[in-house]
Amino acid sequence: MKLAAVLATRGAHVATIAASAPIAEAVAELAARNIGALVVLDGAGAVAGIISERDIIRALAAGGPVLDIPVADVMTRDVICGTLDDDLETVLAVMTAGHFRHLPVVDNGQLIGLVTTGDLAQALLQSLAGRVETLEFRLEAEIEQFGVGR
Amino acid sequence: MSSPGPLRVAIIGSGPAAMYTLEHLLAEPELDVTADVFERLFTPYGLVRAGVAPDHQKIKGVTRAFEPLLHDPRVRLFASVEYGRDLALDDLRRHYHAACFATGAQTDRRMGIPGEDLPGSLPATAFVAWYNGHPDYCTLAVDLEQEAAVIVGMGNVAIDVARILCLTPDELRRTDMPAYAIEALEASRIREVHVLGRRGPAQAAFTAPELKELTTLEGATLRIRPEEAALDPRSAAEVERSADRTLARKVQLIQEIAASPGPPRSRTLHLRFCIAPLELLPGPGGAVAAVRCTRTRLVATPSGGIAAEPAGEEEVIPAGLVFRSVGYRGLPLPGLPFDDRLGVVPNRAGRVIDPATGAPVPGCYVAGWLKRGPTGVIGTNKPDAAETVRCLVEDAAAGRLPAPPEPDPAAIPDLLAARGVRWLTCADWQRIDRLEREAGAREGRPRVKFTSLDAVLAALEQAEAPTSAH
Repeated sequence: MKLAAVLATRGAHVATIAASAPIAEAVAELAARNIGALVVLDGAGAVAGIISERDIIRALAAGGPVLDIPVADVMTRDVICGTLDDDLETVLAVMTAGHFRHLPVVDNGQLIGLVTTGDLAQALLQSLAGRVETLEFRLEAEIEQFGVGR
Repeated sequence: MSSPGPLRVAIIGSGPAAMYTLEHLLAEPELDVTADVFERLFTPYGLVRAGVAPDHQKIKGVTRAFEPLLHDPRVRLFASVEYGRDLALDDLRRHYHAACFATGAQTDRRMGIPGEDLPGSLPATAFVAWYNGHPDYCTLAVDLEQEAAVIVGMGNVAIDVARILCLTPDELRRTDMPAYAIEALEASRIREVHVLGRRGPAQAAFTAPELKELTTLEGATLRIRPEEAALDPRSAAEVERSADRTLARKVQLIQEIAASPGPPRSRTLHLRFCIAPLELLPGPGGAVAAVRCTRTRLVATPSGGIAAEPAGEEEVIPAGLVFRSVGYRGLPLPGLPFDDRLGVVPNRAGRVIDPATGAPVPGCYVAGWLKRGPTGVIGTNKPDAAETVRCLVEDAAAGRLPAPPEPDPAAIPDLLAARGVRWLTCADWQRIDRLEREAGAREGRPRVKFTSLDAVLAALEQAEAPTSAH
């Protein structure tokens, strides 16, 4: 299964914030939407980074004022982005190994979605359930035809 | 629910996603529900009838699980009724609490290379519909006078097309292909079939059983080049790491076939890896005559995947017939939003979403390929439909479904009749099914399909006077 299929049923909306916005704005946005991360965009609308709860907690732990500094100072740069053609299981393995939970999805350089490890796990579960369903059906048909086990 | 009477649901389409939606709706405990199924063609079951290969009758047997659903007293089938032509979204809103759209992905993705539209270059999906007797594709021009065919893509559809091109007359006559397709394929002069994958054996989308089947063909030898069957280190690591054991088995099978191809037969099926088409080249008559390809090399993507990029070395494969099989694509439906990039109706877990506001469109749902894109096997539609039905039932319980002003079930036949629509019922489908099976039994085949509405109507009139509804 590809990321396109995961993104399709998640609604295309992605919560974003400008790199120049203050952390206070990010905190308000995270709280209002009840989510864990925002994609940070540069002036041209390209992905500049990602700011998650963890980034903000790290900044708080480091001490000093946090709420008024720009998102750009706290966000994670060098974000790994996915593409629509990426394979679900491969991406899940990379995210698990790299300990990150949010993956922006880009197409032709533009942000088009965000998937979380939770989204991917749920999609994987559905995909596996579908395979089990198909196998069970095939098995029942074989048993009916050949009377296996009767 | 605010309005009295059962929850009225319209289901658009009757393929696997529609049928699983119906199954989950009917199985919902304590839900008083009735459902009307609208199907564009004169027969139900979508791609099970028109997409699953005609020599894969066991897979087509999934309809045995669907059949009782259409006979449920809470369900009516309106076949040969097209949403957007015979019915509009406003009609559905007037007569139903909710509509679930499951019309699939009705077109193909394009390769985006020069020459793609030359005569002789076809979407694999059109060819599949042709040999399955889909009424819209019966007259497709497929030039089987050619000696070589190229299939671009490596999913199960590509493998189906390659296999069908290689079937012997004996093998063809065991299928439920329409007579025109059997005759054309029997007379086919195609001797070389090339299936092209831009990535390697570890990334091929086909599954091992489909590949294995290619080694058992009576009239064709499967050939894989040993150098193309070998894995690059990155792919080898991917196979090693994968939790999916079927991947390792598939790669092993590919390498075994490469090492010891079967004896030469009248046709040769070449499975090629790490090769991508650049351009379709025309012959003197203007039709496609060859495919210019580039060898590819595999590179890592930032997100951990493996992509193919041109490696420089080129190759020209002579072929008078080219099928592109690089994916299906959904089509917009009148009245509903559409995500052109993903080829789906924008939705969250099956609730249709207005992209402008991000808010759900009340009473509108999607299931199957129209919801998640063209991916997965038939069974994938079951959990997919379950998710959609869960949303629908939640919305019904929360009073979020607008009550239809005219919920009387009789309004639908009245409305269709007033518009001059001649629809077929479940009872009609039962008769069609019986006639097709009986005709098949006479020829030692699973069924002989009707491929036009006129023929169906004539046969129904001849058999007995059709009932209007049940």
